[in-house]
Amino acid sequence: MSVRHALLALLSEGPKYGLQLRQEFEARTGEVWPLNVGQVYTTLQRLERDGLVESDDAGDDGPQRAYRITASGEHELAAWLRTPPDLSSPPRDELVIKILVALQLPGVDVHEVIQSHRRYLVELMQEWTRLKEYAADRDLSFALAVDAELYRLDSVVRWLDAADGRIRRSGLEPPPAATPGLPKLPRTVEVRR
Amino acid sequence: MTVLAMRDVWKVYGEGPAEVHALRGVDLSVDAGELVAVMGPSGSGKSTLLTIAGSLEEPTSGEVYVEGAALSAMGRNDRARLRRRSIGYVFQDFNLLAGLTAAENVSLPLELDGVGTRTASAVGLKALEDFGLAERAGSFPDELSGGERQRVAIARAVVGDRTLLLADEPSGALDSANGEAVMRLIRAACQRGVAGVVVTHDAQLASWADRVMFLRDGRVVDQTAPPAGPESLLAPSRR
Repeated sequence: MSVRHALLALLSEGPKYGLQLRQEFEARTGEVWPLNVGQVYTTLQRLERDGLVESDDAGDDGPQRAYRITASGEHELAAWLRTPPDLSSPPRDELVIKILVALQLPGVDVHEVIQSHRRYLVELMQEWTRLKEYAADRDLSFALAVDAELYRLDSVVRWLDAADGRIRRSGLEPPPAATPGLPKLPRTVEVRR
Repeated sequence: MTVLAMRDVWKVYGEGPAEVHALRGVDLSVDAGELVAVMGPSGSGKSTLLTIAGSLEEPTSGEVYVEGAALSAMGRNDRARLRRRSIGYVFQDFNLLAGLTAAENVSLPLELDGVGTRTASAVGLKALEDFGLAERAGSFPDELSGGERQRVAIARAVVGDRTLLLADEPSGALDSANGEAVMRLIRAACQRGVAGVVVTHDAQLASWADRVMFLRDGRVVDQTAPPAGPESLLAPSRR
């Protein structure tokens, strides 16, 4: 989550104080991501250093200092909104690594490992759905943020379901000793001690 | 109050080498006002579980109790009456009767149960109103959108004094907004005191339930802990 660009977006509506920026950030994101006030001021100082915002010269760094966006700030914001996030290279997914490790360890039931993660994820989804049920009618930003979280968790559950099925179909035969072209586990993961 | 109880329910299809164990010792209790989701891949026994819970099929062994009464001790007629009066079904493909209007589809179970046509119509119309479908009462199923058809099917499933609502992949082919609307209606029915069971492979649907049970190869292998309350997701600094 780019706090930097979220603050620029809020300032594009007009000059604002630091405390006000924090309150508006939390309100607009459905209060899903709480922000501490120190983070707001540090970010504002960096934005000012980079010439993307400017503040009243007079006064301290305290709550009375108003910030406004500059022309370069407007430009930066417009470019950021249209820049796709980097999804091109797969992240090093801890869950994927755990399942790959479980698959190779003798004496570990990989299906049981998969189920324990599946249960945890569905429990999380139940909590998010509860939040949506009670609050989302009144708050569009909140509903959007909760949906994003639900879709993200859902995709992980689907991957677990697919993995579960694929492993069952493979008949749980031990993997061939060396299959060229298969991705190797990252070296930081110690499979056997 | 426990509305549905399944005790060590087994279901075996076929014999000898062709024998298939669809359910292997399933235990399940659902209280009034509770919504339980049963999650599992295709072939795990979900639909069999639901048809046995709804007395549409008999278990090979074990017992099913609805409102405290053992189904095995009931005659055919009593079971049919129980299905008409107490149990509502929602299927993936809606199963509305094409030759009847939305209102007639909803009041049908009441009429089958001997309620007079006028009373049944009035109750059916009221149910449609509750689901925001009053103006579609005179439409036939093929004149309704997929989402509207499923709302009619849910209205039909809860009309009258049903105590048990059974739904098989109730959002079927609906888009996500309509799927969510369907789950909100099912939850609303449960909040009025109906016991609900939804079987699905979809985690987003299942996450509307109070409790999620995981079915694998005919066995309940796991279930979620009781919900912690929504505030646990938010940082303490929030309020």
